[in-house]
Amino acid sequence: MIPVAFDYVRADSTESALSALAQHGDEAKLMAGGHSLLPMMKLRLAVPSVVVDIGRLSDLSYVRDGDDHLAIGALTRHRDVEMNSAIAEHAPLLQAATANVGDPQVRHRGTIGGSLAHADASADTPSALLALGGSLVVNGPNGERVIAGEDFFAGFLESVLEPTEMITEVRIPKHTGAGYSFQKFNRRAQDWAIVGVSAQRSDAGAKVALVSMHPTPVRATAVEEALNGGANATEAAELAAEGVSPSSDLNASVEYRQHLARVFTKRALVEAGF
Amino acid sequence: MLISDLCKTDSVNANNVAVQVKVNGASHSHEVEPRTLLVHYLREDVGLTGTNVGCDTSSCGACTVHLNGESVKSCTVLAVQADEMEVTTIEGLANGDEMHPMQTCFMNNHALQCGYCTPGMVMASVSLLDENPNPTEAEVREGLEGNLCRCTGYHNIVKAVLDAAGGQK
Ligand SMILES: Cc1cc2nc3c(=O)[nH]c(=O)nc-3n(C[C@H](O)[C@H](O)[C@H](O)COP(=O)(O)OP(=O)(O)OC[C@H]3O[C@@H](n4cnc5c(N)ncnc54)[C@H](O)[C@@H]3O)c2cc1C
Ligand code: FES
Ligand code: FES
Repeated sequence: MIPVAFDYVRADSTESALSALAQHGDEAKLMAGGHSLLPMMKLRLAVPSVVVDIGRLSDLSYVRDGDDHLAIGALTRHRDVEMNSAIAEHAPLLQAATANVGDPQVRHRGTIGGSLAHADASADTPSALLALGGSLVVNGPNGERVIAGEDFFAGFLESVLEPTEMITEVRIPKHTGAGYSFQKFNRRAQDWAIVGVSAQRSDAGAKVALVSMHPTPVRATAVEEALNGGANATEAAELAAEGVSPSSDLNASVEYRQHLARVFTKRALVEAGF
Repeated sequence: MLISDLCKTDSVNANNVAVQVKVNGASHSHEVEPRTLLVHYLREDVGLTGTNVGCDTSSCGACTVHLNGESVKSCTVLAVQADEMEVTTIEGLANGDEMHPMQTCFMNNHALQCGYCTPGMVMASVSLLDENPNPTEAEVREGLEGNLCRCTGYHNIVKAVLDAAGGQK
């Protein structure tokens, strides 16, 4: 399978990437690791006429300590997130979710920014972003804006990003020493989650997010409210499928997904220490 | 007909891009269509056919090569992404007539039957031990989750990798 022909632009700075996007509008697609974009282009589900390669912007690959949060460059690869000691210490949920992405070859190429921008409800990293209360720093023609993770996902494979905008940084509030859990249920090695759960404790209360349970990455707000109102893990987990709309596919029916969400939310809550 | 020729027949104004890739230590310069996949570049432009295409959908790992020393699936990388980088393929592992220890361990442990997955399996295994020189059996199984084998049942592959790790101690 070979993508439809396109023109290739290699960005050597954030500015050059943004000006290529400004010039070509929604004809153009950014390519970071290419591990969501290229499979879609090979299936001809994506047919950009211009690909803007941001994969070499090494100045956007970093993990920095920002006092109350970690600042992670958008081009930081999954492998580097997985191996980073500051992330292991202050946001181990993100590390656990990232270590579950695909396989080592995929984690050598895919980036945190690309994974979030792709806005896939069945991806692992967005659930960690939501449960950790993270945000995204986005650059565009009108300068910089910061978008809270919970406002970022807009629909099936859709975010609130404009075609002329680019994620430059992901900010994750520190959750040092707080209970957390990442659960992923799948049937084959390396596969996407049939259902997944991110759970995080913090002083502000519980945050729980679900994978593959809605058209978008989604918070399990009924579970969170129950926990914050004093419910125990068993009681709260019963509400895991409330307010979300999973779909049926060859791996699972709607009912089976709802069942899995309750089972794996319970396991996550117990592991996180609720 | 080569896949690269096929591309040429339906290409519309494709602006070819010059790439320079170091493959198994030797520098190669070519003009490629931006949509050329690294695996096709290696097989058809560089002429190294050891790297196989299995699924062509990023799942099976048969196309695994090293890009700047790390395992990647070359059906999911563009040749232009490998520009100015170093690629190692299965042909680049042996030292002359002397096989790489991983190749020897695959042979000694009967870790292949039809051999189709083997180039990718060996490249993934070498990358695995580079990152984790003393893996447990579970870590080997997890570390090779991106590589499918339809013949061996994986048992002997895992044995071969543990054998190679033992030899590295
Ligand atoms: C075999 C396989 C298995 C996988 N399994 C899993 C899994 O189990 N769990 C999981 O979570 N993921 C999985 N993935 C997806 C993987 O995590 C991808 O790496 C990730 O989704 C995309 O990251 P990327 O850097 O490769 O982005 P790309 O493919 O380069 O880009 C993806 C999209 O985001 C846009 N984009 C990229 N970077 C930016 C940016 N900085 N700003 C704005 N837009 C941007 C692109 O234009 C494109 O639309 C798998 C992928 C493969 C190939
Ligand atoms: S051919 Fe590349 S992963 Fe199967
Ligand atoms: S030896 Fe036949 S596919 Fe692995």
